[in-house]
Amino acid sequence: MAAGLGLVASVWLRPAVARESLAAAVARFAAGTPVREGKVAIDVAPLVENGNTVPITVHIDSPMSADAYVQKIAIFNELNPLADVATFHLGPRAGRASVSLRIRLADSQKIVAVAQLSDGSLWSRTAEVMVTLAGCVES
Amino acid sequence: MATRTLITVPPTARRGDVIEIRTLIGHPMEPGFRADAQGKQLPRDIIRRFACIYGGETVFRAELSPAIAANPYLAFHTVALESGTLIFLWEGDNGFSHSESVALTVT
Repeated sequence: MAAGLGLVASVWLRPAVARESLAAAVARFAAGTPVREGKVAIDVAPLVENGNTVPITVHIDSPMSADAYVQKIAIFNELNPLADVATFHLGPRAGRASVSLRIRLADSQKIVAVAQLSDGSLWSRTAEVMVTLAGCVES
Repeated sequence: MATRTLITVPPTARRGDVIEIRTLIGHPMEPGFRADAQGKQLPRDIIRRFACIYGGETVFRAELSPAIAANPYLAFHTVALESGTLIFLWEGDNGFSHSESVALTVT
């Protein structure tokens, strides 16, 4: 690593301990509730040039009424130094269950979005993103 | 350095409309996993939390991580209920705290 350090001075250094796996991060969020595939849509380019800023939109098919709405949206990644990306808290006053943000991706990898609905059920979607320039290689 | 933000809220909306709110704040979001040219690890300096308060109620809240790109951009929605002020709050490492408010007229 010492030899390569000068060359890749600004690459993300891996934490000393192994990071939480993608599945473990989703399981931590789910806290025992089964996570089903569906209802969630991830809008992200399948191939991105710059991993430093990757636009992503997560949308959930929900009426967002007082008795049926999305409570939480959590996004996790597979290969960044940390599994968490973001957690959003919504309510019926959001009107539409859709959030957009820009994230960092250290490598080509999977992204999982999990939504918790007001009835407690959990729904997820996985997206695969190819990254040409890894996030944070450029300072 | 003064913190710069860019907030897009429609100036007027009809009652019951779902409006889109877009926010951007100038912040390096240093993830804490990078090293500088000397090989010294740069300490983490990120925004951890964001909230949007409308009519005294938190309508949207976010917990952010180092995987959020620099100059965090967030777009979300809310239902226009009454004329009032939307308050935006960002909080982060090293005591970072910033708030902005935007007026919204509901007809």
